[in-house]
Parts: sequence; C-alpha cells; structure tokens
Amino acid sequence: MTVVTEKEPSPEPSEPADDRPQRARRGLVAGPAVLTALSILLALAVGAVLIIVSNPEVQEKASYFFTRPQDTLGAAWTAVSEAYVALFQASVINVEGSSLGQVFRPLTETLVTATPLIAAGLSVALAFRAGLFNIGAEGQIIAASIAAAYVGFTWDLPIVIHLVVAIAAGMAAGAVWGGIAGLLKARTGAHEVITTIMLNYVARFLVVYLLGLKAFQREGRTDPISPVVAPAAELPLLLGAGFRLHLGFVLALLAAAFVWWLLARSTIGFRFRAVGANPNAARTAGISVERSYTGVMLVAGALAGLAGVSQVLGTSGYLTAGVSGGIGFDAITVALLGRGSPVGTVLAGLLFGGLRAGGIGMQASTGTSVDLVLILQALIVLFIAAPPLVRAVFRIRTKGNVGVGQVSKGWNA
Amino acid sequence: MTATLTKPASGPEAPASADVVQPVSWRGPITYAVLGVIALMAFGVLAEGGRSSILGLSYSADKVQLAPLEVPSRTVAILLSLLCLAIAAYSAVKTSRGRRTPVWLGITFGVSFIFAFLCWAIAGTGGISLVGLLQGSLLLAVPLVFGALSGVLCERAGVINIAIEGQLLAGAFLSAVVASVVGNPYVGLVAAPIAGAAVGALLAVFAIRYLVDQIIVGVVLNVLVIGVTSFLYSQLLAPQQNVLNTPDTFDRLKLPLLGDIPVLGRVLFDQSVIVYLMYATVIVVHIALFKTRWGLRVRAVGEHPQAADAVGINVNQLRFRNVVMGGAVAGIGGAFFTLGSVGAFGQEMTAGKGFIALAAMIFGRWSPLGALGAALLFGFADQLQSLLGIVGTPIPGEFMLMAPYLATIFAVAGLVGRVRAPAADGQPYVKS
Repeated sequence: MTVVTEKEPSPEPSEPADDRPQRARRGLVAGPAVLTALSILLALAVGAVLIIVSNPEVQEKASYFFTRPQDTLGAAWTAVSEAYVALFQASVINVEGSSLGQVFRPLTETLVTATPLIAAGLSVALAFRAGLFNIGAEGQIIAASIAAAYVGFTWDLPIVIHLVVAIAAGMAAGAVWGGIAGLLKARTGAHEVITTIMLNYVARFLVVYLLGLKAFQREGRTDPISPVVAPAAELPLLLGAGFRLHLGFVLALLAAAFVWWLLARSTIGFRFRAVGANPNAARTAGISVERSYTGVMLVAGALAGLAGVSQVLGTSGYLTAGVSGGIGFDAITVALLGRGSPVGTVLAGLLFGGLRAGGIGMQASTGTSVDLVLILQALIVLFIAAPPLVRAVFRIRTKGNVGVGQVSKGWNA
Repeated sequence: MTATLTKPASGPEAPASADVVQPVSWRGPITYAVLGVIALMAFGVLAEGGRSSILGLSYSADKVQLAPLEVPSRTVAILLSLLCLAIAAYSAVKTSRGRRTPVWLGITFGVSFIFAFLCWAIAGTGGISLVGLLQGSLLLAVPLVFGALSGVLCERAGVINIAIEGQLLAGAFLSAVVASVVGNPYVGLVAAPIAGAAVGALLAVFAIRYLVDQIIVGVVLNVLVIGVTSFLYSQLLAPQQNVLNTPDTFDRLKLPLLGDIPVLGRVLFDQSVIVYLMYATVIVVHIALFKTRWGLRVRAVGEHPQAADAVGINVNQLRFRNVVMGGAVAGIGGAFFTLGSVGAFGQEMTAGKGFIALAAMIFGRWSPLGALGAALLFGFADQLQSLLGIVGTPIPGEFMLMAPYLATIFAVAGLVGRVRAPAADGQPYVKS
C-alpha cells in the first residue's frame, strides 16, 4: 500500500479536493475500523434489497401493495431477517444448539472455511506489497493440491514425516507455479496479470487431465476423483472427530506471522516493499528488481500452495477438479479488505470465511441463494476502496489512512 | 524493465527515444526456430507415414461443390515445417542486420505451423471440415472481439478495464431475460449493451470519480456481476425458466451473392446478425480511433492527459464516456452467449472469456484490428479443439484446451516482447 487516497495529519483543516462543501459541518470522525464496519453495513443493506426483490413471498404481497402495504413490508422484513439470522447462526453461534459443541460448531466451520482464504489471501497481499497483482492464486492452489495429494496417497512414509513431506511438496508446487509468472515478468516483462490468469487455466486443465490417469484414479470409481490421502499425511484434527477444524488453520496463522516478519523485519521483505513502492528508486539503490519479482512470486505461490495443501490434506482429504473452488479469486478480495497487511488479511479471511460458511447454512435453511455472499464480498471491498462514497452515505468524516489506495501498476510497469 | 532504464542516455549522440536504442530482440527468431524444429520432428519426421489427411471444403447443400482436399499427412507436414524453419532462418538473418521481421512473415509462420499440426492431428481419421472449422472459429471469436474492443475503447483513454468478464456476463443475463419476456431476440440485443454500459458506468464512477485502483475495481466488479447474476438466476430465473430464460436465438442470415462464394462465403457471410454487427463495430472503432478528431483526443487522453487537458479536452469526462461506451460494446458481446449460441442464461456462463478478451486486446497491441486477429486466433484454437475431440486425435483433449492459454503466455513473453500500453493507462487523472 504505497499510495493512500488520503493522508490527513489532522482531521480538522485540509479536506481532500473531492469533498463536498457540506462536509464543513461537524460530524462523526471515523477511523479505518469504523469505515470497515460501515462498509459491511452498507453491503448488507444492498444485499437486503436484493433479497427483498427476489423473494417470491414479497413479490406476491407486492401485487396488492397499495391496498395493504404493511403486508409487503412485513414479508420483506421476514425475508431479510430470516436470511441474515440464518447467515449469522451458520457462521458464528447456533443459539438453537442443544449441546455446547453444537452451539459453537458454526464458529469452527467458519475457521475451516477461513483457513485457505487466509493462506491464499496472504499470497495476494504479499504480492501487492511488491507491486505485483497475483490473480493466479487459483492455479497455484491447484498445482499445490496435485502435488500434496499425490505424495499423500501414493507414498508410504512414517507418521509426521509423511505430513511434512506432503506439505512441503504442495507448497513447492505452488511456489513453482507462482514462480513461473515471476520469472517471466523478470526476464521478459510479460505482465503478471496475464500470465497468472493463463496459468490458472493451464492448472485447471492439468488437474482434469491427471484425474483421468490411472495414477490419480480412485479404485472402483469412474468419476474424476483421487484416492484418499494416507492417514499419516492428514492434517490432524484440532478438536477431535466431531469437528472438521484441522491443523491447517494453525499453519495459516503461522504463515501470517511469517509474512509479518518477512515484510516488517527482514531484509528481503524490505527489498520487496522497496520494489513495490518504486521500482526505479529500488533499482537505483542497488536492489535487483528482477530477482525481487521472482522471489516474491515464489513465496506468494508457496503461500497459495498452503491453501491447496490445507484443502487436500485437511478439509477434503482427496483431490478433485474443483479443489480450488474459487478460493483463489476470493483471496483477492480478502487481501484487498485486509489492505495488504498480514493481520488485516487474517481478519478479512475470517470475515469472508464466515460469510462463506454462513451462506451455505442460509441457503439450506431459508432458500436464499448462497451467491448472495459473493455480492456482499464484492460490495464490502468496493465500499472500503471508496471512502468518499461511504462518507457521503453516512455523512461522516474519516481520519487516518483509509481506503485501499493504488496498489497495482499499469501494464507498462 | 528495459536495459535502457539502467543506463541513462548521456551525451548528444544518444538517441532520445528509448525505442531507437533498444536492439532488435533475438527472441523472435529463436522462438520461430524452436517451434519449427518441434513441428518438423513431432508432426513430420517422427509421425507415422503412409496416412493421409482430409479437409472438407464445402457442405453438401452448397451451390458450388468443392472436392475435399486429401493430402499425404507426413509429406505435407514436413514441407510446412521446412517452410517454418526457412522463415526462422530469414528472421535470423534480418535480426543479425538489426532489422525487424515483417508481421506478414509471422502470420505465414503461424498458419504453416497450424496446418502442419493439423495434418498430423487428423492423419488417418475421417478428416474435418475446413468450412466448419473456420465458421466455428469466427463464431467463438465473437464475444472475444467485442470484449477486446471494449478494452481498447477504455484503455486507449487510459482506464484499465479488467471488468470485461463482468460486462459480458451482464449483457448475457439481461439480453436473455429481455428476449424471453418480449419474445424477440433482437430486443434482447438492444438490452445487452445497456447492461454492459451499467457495469461500465460503475467502473467509471469508482475509477474516475473515487480514484480507486482500476485493476481492483475491475476484479471486484467481476465478482459483483457474477454474484448478482448467479443470485438472480437461482432466485428468479431457475424457478420461472419458461417465462424468463427461454430466449429465441438469432437465425442465420445468408447474404445474397456473397454467401455463395465457396468456403469464404459460408464462413463470413452466412452468420447471424451479431457477427455482422461485429464486422461493423470493428470497422467503426478502427476508423473512429485512428481517422477522426475524436479518436485523436481519446489517444491523447490515454497517452498524456496533462497535455490533452492543456488544449481544452475534458479528460475525465471523455474517459467516463469511453468506459461506459466500452461497457456497452462488451455487453453486445455478452448477448452472443445467450442469443447467439446456447439460448438460455447459465451461471457464470462466460467462463473466463472476458479474461481471454483482455489477453486478445494486449496481444493485439491495443488496436481494434490487432484485437480482431488475436480473438480469431483464440476462437480458432477453441474450435479446433472441439472438432479434434470429435474425430479423435493422438493428444488428450485437456492439452488442446490448454493450448490457447499456453500460446498466450508464449506470445506475451516471447514473440510480442514488451508490448506498450497507452502511457497513462491505469493512472487516474487529478487536475492540479
């Protein structure tokens, strides 16, 4: 995050040029946290409108809106509140659960869903800090899943060692997949947005091809599905057999700590940030921009690889063509919401993990399509990226470094 | 990251422009040579001999009947590969003299390589129809062309448009719904650009008004459109499929006389209205961008907004209009998915075509004709893959599916070298 849309030393004087005159009057002064909360609120409001418009009950009652408007409004309120309550109950706490385990089970599901989002989000966030836009987390996840699953179900190694080797194989494969894009950028100047998108497709077809091979086929199955990984290669469950939460979540948190250390405390991380801030200045200072591009994409690929590893060795236990399931794209929104910082990415990953987990529960119990979650995600990021819009809606002022700012470089960078 | 950056030009003899200093790259001849050798070995020398390849040249209903072309596979593949190698050698000679290889030679190389491959791939099978291959290629290229033109319109004015995917999808959705409700696909075709323009307007508002990073807005808008269309699909369209999601598709309109030309007539002039619209759009955008005052202004804004502003052009207003217009163009392309082929909307039915369109735009160097060429190439690869899947070939279908994407990586990294986007592409303009 090199350039931020606004920098205000004190909230009082110089307002940015694009502010309306009405802002002169005193109001709430909101920091990034409040702004994030308001963005979420605004996104939920837009989501509510979509729920109302698409609800068959409301449509039916709206046909006699002018004779009995309260019917329509009541149905609208029911539709929205039911959907959002279900979303909450399926992602945080199920108040109707009979045992303590049932009450907190949704929370653990959120953590399970958040695990790959955090890992892949870190991948995108790290690349952002070096001025690269990694749209290729999807492909890196697939590459890593292939390698980790293959080691997991083919090799026969002692306990612990098997898991470590499988994780390492997955992360290495992700690193290679990301590194290709970095190397191409460094050596030929090919824009990483194009190469990573293309590598996503290559990975997607590669996994379909491999699942058609004997080596990857589960015995007795004709559909493209791999054997289950050996127990020694599984990520151990954290809360026992009743919950799906596995060691992958801890690994994702460790990865976040690692990225924090890398960016804030290490020389390599300093180089990455310098290149991200201004490649020409970095070059003048003696930093190899090319090597940094390759390096950062290797690390980013490995981080996205961790997401794939946690899916095949933890959550699902086997490889399918849909192993990435759009995580790589959600990771972009996670990284944007997290504003490129490791802590922010973890929090954003938890939020979107909750939305994802809750969305499935919401669809099951109220019939509201899980796709609503995609809309909420996109809107939250969009609103956070445009603080003036949120300010205008809520009539507040903001202070500090808010907004997503300019993170990507144009094609010529 | 050119070498010129590290060594600042000094002294009066150093040329001012970076383009002049840059030596002609050896990447081209090397790529040609490698591909040529691969073609010679894989498709020729190592291929099984004594088989023939058949290419159909006309349909049985055509007025002018042409006999199918039957050639000995291995011999022709070897000849074509040798032609490829000859081009590689010529390109090497040119490069050693500091000259660039002409574009038409590159095209010749590509065509020879593809036909060498084709000879090998269909050897010993019942053959494929060349007319079907080209006709299908053109059809599959339609959304890519519209998408790439959308990109050209936006990016020539200096706004990066990653939201092509979303614009296509929005156009596909609205055109299907409107065409179903009204019962006329042509009304749907009118609705499609409105949906695309709406997405374009969102992009413009956030990128130009709120100065949000353009690539970010684009990516997020794609997610938003996928979310909204999928949500409305499962909430509204799926339960009322008969009313809301059964549009008629466009009929083929065979142009008189032109449509009867052997091979080409079938390919170019026996298509649906959206294909003719595509011809028109490409020509209009090309002329408007390079031959009119408006085009000069657009390019000025994309290259040097400060200068454009100084001569009195309203930079942000022009950008806003172009982005909305680009969205509308992509929206028309979206109608192809529903009204031009499938005849119903499906979730995420654009399946990444918007990103391929983006690649086609870059591949075509931000020009309408280049984008057309690149889009046709992608369409060709796509159609070839599905035809070869039917006749049965030595290579797995997944690798054929991968081919266009690998080719793009190759092209972006190898042949094209460093493409140059409009100088102010992606940078918001704030009047100081």
